[in-house]
This record gives sequence, C-alpha cells and structure tokens, in this order.
Amino acid sequence: MSALLDSFAQQYAALPEPLRAAGGLAESRSKALAAALRDDLPAARAERWRYFPLRPMAQRVFRAATGASVDAALLSDIPAPRLVFVNGWCDRSLSDLSGLAEGVRVESLGRLLHQAHPRDVAWLGRIFAEADETFARLNAALAVEGAVIQLEENVQQTTPVHLVSIGASEAGDAAWHLRHLIELRHGASLSVIEHQLAADAHAHFDNTLCHVHLKPGAVLRHVRQQNASEHASLLYRTDAVLAAGAEYRRVDLELGAAVSRHECNASLQGEAASMISGGAMLADGKRLLDTRLQLEHIALDTRCDLRWRGLATERAKLSFFGGIHIRQGADGTDAQLSNRNLLLADTAEVNTQPVLVIDADEVKAAHGATVGQLDAQALFYLQSRGIPKPDARALLMQAFLIEVLDVLDDADLTASLAPVLSAIKSY
Amino acid sequence: MLPIISSPHSGSVPHPCDPLKTPTMLKIENLHVRAGERDILKGLSLTLEPGKLHAIMGPNGAGKSTLGHVLAGREGYEVTAGTVEFNGQNLLTMEPEERAAAGVFLAFQYPVEIPGVNNTYFLRTALNAQRKARGEEELDAIQFLKLVRQKLQVLSLKEELLHRAVNSGFSGGEKKRNEIFQMAVLEPKLAILDETDSGLDIDALKAVADGVNAQRSPERAFLVITHYQRLLDYIVPDVVHVLADGRIVESGGPELALQLESHGYAWVKERLSPEIA
Repeated sequence: MSALLDSFAQQYAALPEPLRAAGGLAESRSKALAAALRDDLPAARAERWRYFPLRPMAQRVFRAATGASVDAALLSDIPAPRLVFVNGWCDRSLSDLSGLAEGVRVESLGRLLHQAHPRDVAWLGRIFAEADETFARLNAALAVEGAVIQLEENVQQTTPVHLVSIGASEAGDAAWHLRHLIELRHGASLSVIEHQLAADAHAHFDNTLCHVHLKPGAVLRHVRQQNASEHASLLYRTDAVLAAGAEYRRVDLELGAAVSRHECNASLQGEAASMISGGAMLADGKRLLDTRLQLEHIALDTRCDLRWRGLATERAKLSFFGGIHIRQGADGTDAQLSNRNLLLADTAEVNTQPVLVIDADEVKAAHGATVGQLDAQALFYLQSRGIPKPDARALLMQAFLIEVLDVLDDADLTASLAPVLSAIKSY
Repeated sequence: MLPIISSPHSGSVPHPCDPLKTPTMLKIENLHVRAGERDILKGLSLTLEPGKLHAIMGPNGAGKSTLGHVLAGREGYEVTAGTVEFNGQNLLTMEPEERAAAGVFLAFQYPVEIPGVNNTYFLRTALNAQRKARGEEELDAIQFLKLVRQKLQVLSLKEELLHRAVNSGFSGGEKKRNEIFQMAVLEPKLAILDETDSGLDIDALKAVADGVNAQRSPERAFLVITHYQRLLDYIVPDVVHVLADGRIVESGGPELALQLESHGYAWVKERLSPEIA
C-alpha cells in the first residue's frame, strides 16, 4: 500500500467511533475505505488520471487536520451569509449566517452528523463503484464536515451564500475531506461563491466532493475561486444532477495551489436542463492544473455551453479534458465546448482534449480547442496608445480570462469577481 | 502636365513658411525599410510642420501603410537606412508606447478587436500611462469621465460605445469613429491616419472627417494616408504627396489629388518605370 493510503487508513482508524457511526453511516464508510484500499491509487496509465502526479502524491503522508485559528481580517471582503471552514473544520466564530431568506437552510455537515438524523445525511452513503474513484471513496470514508445548503420550493435567495475554506499551517502536513451538498427544490434560485484561501504557506491536502441537485426549474450560480497556498494539493469533484428546466451556471477560477485537480460530472436528466460553465485556469510557477469535465446529456433539448480558458507559463502544466456524451434519445441537444489556451513559455505545457460522443440523431454539437500566443496585433495596438508592454500584456491576459465570467449572466456577480482576474500580473 | 513642386529626388517639400518661425515636427530623411525579404520604402523623405495636414496617396503596395506602421513602431520592419526625427528626437529607437507618450498617434486601417477590455478602461489606462510618462498628473475616474463626455459631444458619438469592449463587434464605421474618438481623448501632436476612409459609406466618411477637422489646430500635424481622393473632399490637405514604389514621386497642393483621381495611378508607374529599369 502506498504511504498516502496508509496515512488515510490511519486517519480512519483515529475517527471517534460515534462520529464514524453517526447517521447510520458506519457500514458505508468502512466499505468505502475498504474499496479504496483494495483498488489502491489509480494506475499510472489510467486515462482519467494521466496528468495528475499520482506517483509523487503516493509518497506523501498526511495527518488528520486538527484545525487552526486564523485572523478574521482574511474574511474582510467576504460578506454574510458565509460558512467558514479552517483546515476542514467549521469555524462558527468566523461564520455568519445572517441574511438568509426564509426557506433557505445552510448548515455544517458536522452539526448534521451530530444531530444524526439518518434521513438528513443518507446522501453521504453513496457508493463509488469505479476502481479509479479512490479519492471519492476516501471522502466517503472520512468526510465529517462540509456545507449543506438546501432551498425549499420557489425560494429565491438574492444575496450570494459564501462558502470559505481556509488552509492554515499546523504541525505537519494535514489532510481534510469536505463533503458539500447544494440542493435546490422546484423553482428555487441561489448564488454560491466558494473561496479556497490560504492563511499562510502550507502543504496540506484538501479532498472536497460537492453534490449539486437541481430540481425542475431551479437556477444555481456557483463560483469557485481557488486561491490556495502555492504548496497545497487540492482535489475537488462536483457531481451535479439537473432535472427538467434546471439551469446550472458554474465558474471555476483556478489561481492557486501546487496541484489542483477539478473533476466536474454533470448529468442533464430532465428535458431542457442546461449547464453553462466557464473556467479560468492560471498555471504559473510549477503549478499543475488538471481539469476534467464530463457532461451527460440524457433528456431531450438539453443544453451545455462550456467556455474554458487557460494560461500556462514558467514551468507549469495545464491539462483540460472536456467530455460531452449525448445519449441515445437526447434529441434536440445543443452542446458547445470551447477551450482556449495561451502558452506563454517554452517550459510550460498545455494538454487539451475535447471529446464529443454522440449517440442521438438530432443534435447540435460543436467543440474547439486552441493553444496560442498573445495576439501581437492587439499588443501593438495597446502599446501604440501609450500602454507600456508589460501592462499591455497583463491587460490582454486578464481580458482573455475575464470573458469566462460572462457565463454567469449576472452583472453584479461578474463585477464582484472581475477584480480577482484584473489582479493577474504580466508574465 | 501635373504641377511638380518638388522633384522625386529632392527629398523634403520646401515649406512656404519661414522655417525659423515654424519648427519642423516630423523629419523623415531617405528612409529605407524592409519587411522580410522585400524592400518596401526606398528612400522616402518628408517634413511636416505643426498645424499642417499632409496627405499621402499612392497605388496599392506603394508602402503607404508601412510608413504609418514604421512611424508608430510596429515590429516586423527593418529600417536599413535613413532617419526619422520627431520634435528633435530619434523616433526609430523609441518603443511604441514612448512614441505615443511623445505625441504620435496612429489611427489603424484595421482597428484591432480586444474582447474583454472595456473601451473606457482601455482609454483611461492609455491616457494615464501617457500622462505618467510625461510626468503629468493622472486623471481620476471622474475627471476622465468628464473629459470623455466632452469629446463624445464634439464627435456626436453615442456614450454606449464606451461601455463595450474595444472594437469588439463594432461595425466598420464604428471602429473608425472609435479611432478618431481615441485621438480626440489622447490629443496627440502628430496624428497619422492610415486609410481611415477605407470601407466607410459616405455618412460615416463625413462623420470621421468632421471628427478630424474638429481636431485640426496650429499645434497639431496630420499625416493622412489614403488610396482615394474622396476623403480629401472633406479633409482639405495643405500638401499632397504621391508615394509610389517606396518613394515620394510627386508633391503638390490639394489639386494634385483631384488630378490623380481623374488620371489614376498609371501615369505614376509610367514615370517610374524608366528609373526602375
């Protein structure tokens, strides 16, 4: 067994018995761990893990995170309602859940497990059947914290809910496994902004799994702003299920971490469900970003529009996989995928792979992937107006990435996020 | 016969004003420029004083746009001989942004679309970068907006233009107007208009010409590059130069443009061919 899995097995053994058994999950947790240990880490040649540095990761050892205290000033720009996690533990003193509309429930998973109504946490018992779902299985075995957000029918939460996960140094390298659930009933709407931040430099491991359930007509805008410590390793998996007419607008801004893998699986199960997603991936230094999207079009007239932009420089590596599967019977599907990348240094690397599989007859589908340089004409145009070259380069890079925010179709949200991308320096 | 003010080899155009009273702003001497394997400019000379508007006309491929690009500092051109002085400075060793700060402005033949960069933000960044380079105070958002509104009014442009991304999705006419608008805000000393009339219908052409005329002043010089005489009906030049095969082969008054229009450029080529041979 790898050192990594061994350290997770020890974490499991150290989980207090009442916590492990809370909500009637003892059996599913132990089975998930057993499956992870049995199948081990994905093989080096496993297609879905091709670009992830499994081998160096296998040598790492992480302790269970014990939590840390962080300066509240770190949260000065993040308004309520907000739920804050520090090293994977919910911090009530930093959280502020004022401003929630009636019919909106935002709770920490830890508290739900403590209350232990099996019905409330049954979704945690999901089984991950594929042999390469090692980290999802580890999450299933070990996650005891996370955010549970539920909206009743037709409830409109007008101010965004912020989920904040802060990494802070503690003795040794720590690991935590967060499990989120965002569930919107019929016709409900919500914006969620996740922030993955660093209080200071550390090399922790964050393995987060997020379930998104959108009932008919629900609308979710979901932003993840990943600004983790430059030595941290992150895994973030989203599993989304969309019912008829549901709309999921999602933006991921990958700006930090040493290694960040994002896997997003969306299942468009109801007629006319739509997923519109965009991402800005900034790979600099020695960062490795690995993004994998997998869309399943199952019902009639479903739509996806995926607009992902990457920027790779220095010694960084960027990989993008965009998979769209239009299943038999999903006629009327409209699927668009575009992945554009700027490769700004010979020492950097970009891998992009759009894959369309179409098993239906009447569909509209298009995909495109490009890897290029900054537009020399645009650069000259800006310079000719008096903007110094480094500033002109930075402006073009920011503009290139900022366009992904359009997928949110919300001027206020876009305006609040634009400064994050405008802060990108010139390379 | 066409009136010949200067011979093709005499270099600069003699100016009627006393050179001591009107110092030269732009002085191009014997400029040779190569792009790739091709010699494009082959000994171009020209002088331009503040307050003057010179038109450069010529057949396709004569080197008109190259001249504009070289003056603005675009990469990809090799100056193999000659000098360009702008208010006494060697223009050719300056970066494009330094030229802009010194007061050179090029209105592009094909303005570049820059999605994701807001027009207002772009212009304010540009103006403040120039002001900073000149050691002037930068304008805050309110001061800038005031300036911009005033310029919009002069050019009768819609404010909506400001909120869009630079040239992105603009019509041909809107792009050219946006160039003239940028010129109005940046207030250059030397404005080079590279085929600003190309692709414009008559209304857009008039609007662009009005914008240019509104900005003519005793301190500002213009170099208007055009293929057609049409633009010069609305923007009346002080001097018209004919550029062919990389050199200025004729210079004259506004009437030269009219004669070119009726005779075409064929005669220029005829005149040139013995020399080339």
